[in-house]
Amino acid sequence: MGFFLETAIGGLMAGMLYSLVAIGFVLIYKASGVFNFAHGSLVLFAALAMARFSEWAGTVEGLDSLVLRNLVAIVATLITLLVLAWCIQRWCLSRLVNQKPVTLLMATIGIAYMLDGVGQLVFGSGIYKIDVGMPKNPLILGAGMFPQGILVNMEDAWAAVASVLMVLMLAAFFRLTRWGRALRAVADDQKAALSIGIGLESAWLLVWFLAGLTALVAGVVWGSKLGVQFALSYVALKAIPAVVLGGLTSIPGAIVGSVIVGVGEKLTEVYLGPHVGGGIEIWFAYVLALALLLVRPQGLLGEKIIDRV
Amino acid sequence: MHTVALQVDAISLRFGGVVALANVSFDVREGEIRSIIGPNGAGKSSMLNCINGVYRPQHGCIAFRGQAFGRSNPCEVAALGVARTFQNLALFGGMNVLENILVGRNRMARSGLFTTALGLAPARREEAHQRQHARRIVQMLELDAYGDANVEQLPYGIRKRVDLGRALAMEPALLLLDEPMAGMNIEEKADMCGFILEVHQRLGTTIVLIEHDIGVVMDLSDRIVVLDQGRKIADGSPHEVQSDPAVVAAYLGLDD
Repeated sequence: MGFFLETAIGGLMAGMLYSLVAIGFVLIYKASGVFNFAHGSLVLFAALAMARFSEWAGTVEGLDSLVLRNLVAIVATLITLLVLAWCIQRWCLSRLVNQKPVTLLMATIGIAYMLDGVGQLVFGSGIYKIDVGMPKNPLILGAGMFPQGILVNMEDAWAAVASVLMVLMLAAFFRLTRWGRALRAVADDQKAALSIGIGLESAWLLVWFLAGLTALVAGVVWGSKLGVQFALSYVALKAIPAVVLGGLTSIPGAIVGSVIVGVGEKLTEVYLGPHVGGGIEIWFAYVLALALLLVRPQGLLGEKIIDRV
Repeated sequence: MHTVALQVDAISLRFGGVVALANVSFDVREGEIRSIIGPNGAGKSSMLNCINGVYRPQHGCIAFRGQAFGRSNPCEVAALGVARTFQNLALFGGMNVLENILVGRNRMARSGLFTTALGLAPARREEAHQRQHARRIVQMLELDAYGDANVEQLPYGIRKRVDLGRALAMEPALLLLDEPMAGMNIEEKADMCGFILEVHQRLGTTIVLIEHDIGVVMDLSDRIVVLDQGRKIADGSPHEVQSDPAVVAAYLGLDD
């Protein structure tokens, strides 16, 4: 029982990590109906910027403390992400208004390669460290109840907390502020949003910046866990089935999907893996997403698409 | 002497080979209710979409209070104070009634992104102020009972009212109503007429109305433009238009 719980909790944490990335996909999809292929690259870009800015800040006299260095790096990265969102909006998306989704999808693939290239050109292509002081020591829970207790990775636990906080803040932003409502309006009906004076340009700029913000949180969490390197952009590949599972249009769905993927792959790996030769973790999420697509194409919490004929 | 609010000057609009509007001109005076009528396919909605900036006419010019905007997009037209409702409802389905109206206040709000995101006091005061204004519209349109309900679960007539409320939230100088009574029963129509008159009298809003129900149009309008197959065939008071032989012919399909 203790071992089962430990595996499930480990999976839950992994799921929260995926959800950090998954939310970014949903944000862009909701606002512009585009599946943003570049999100993985955005995560890498944000993590690279964060790691290098923090390193560079360290070389400046008087910025020896880690907290101060990270603060400077966060501000610099946010400014970089805002400029990046502006460039993407100004030079790419605003020229593709009213184009077919597949055209926009191709554009995001282009943006992905640009981001990978430019990111490594500016920030370097080595392996860098992000150190925001996340605890490395595991925590043992319920030592009295189970023989060896339940081992919880504190780094993952902090990441899960960050993820929950980010979701709560996004929810409040979308519900309680005029900017959030304007974004929901654009996501819902562009024609009507325009008619009440909400411009698509500013809405897209804002939503790409928000996606950049979630990419930064994901980049910091994943980067301090795995190190900042090119492979970081593949993390997004795990988030895609999670998003498909939960429904592309739902932020709660993205979290539910991510948790299902996280818990599911850990449990199947541990309990079924030995019987089929292991390696379940690699394909589990995709097979699950595929199976769900056959039954519920809109995902678990996604909006059902009804086309009037 | 009447002041002209909206001047529509020699508008022509084609979609490929199809002529939707041919050389249509008329004006709308400050504070009047001006209706556009005509049989199906006459170009009424096209006209409204030109005024609103959705379509860009190939020829002609539209000016609101002296500002020409023949090449503007809907967002820029909205910034001039022109609001509209939609023939086929275009409410924000993911939101409740109050939020739909509140989002119409966006143009009036001044708080910046960062003061808002950080929850600073000025942004919070502004949000409270906008909510109060939206609630007043909810009351005026007698939507109190539905404030928290998701718009997609509401009856059609109520949703039409929310659409009007969202447009009113913009405090428009010119209100474009695209068939506000389409698909309504008699009771709902009477309610909607009452609200339109109340808006007109209490707020002094200039209104351009497209409507199929001729009785309603005759009752509400100060002046009427009649379109047929993209051309203007009559323009005048309800009484003048009613007795115009060209209008009678167009509606009854007679050859003249």
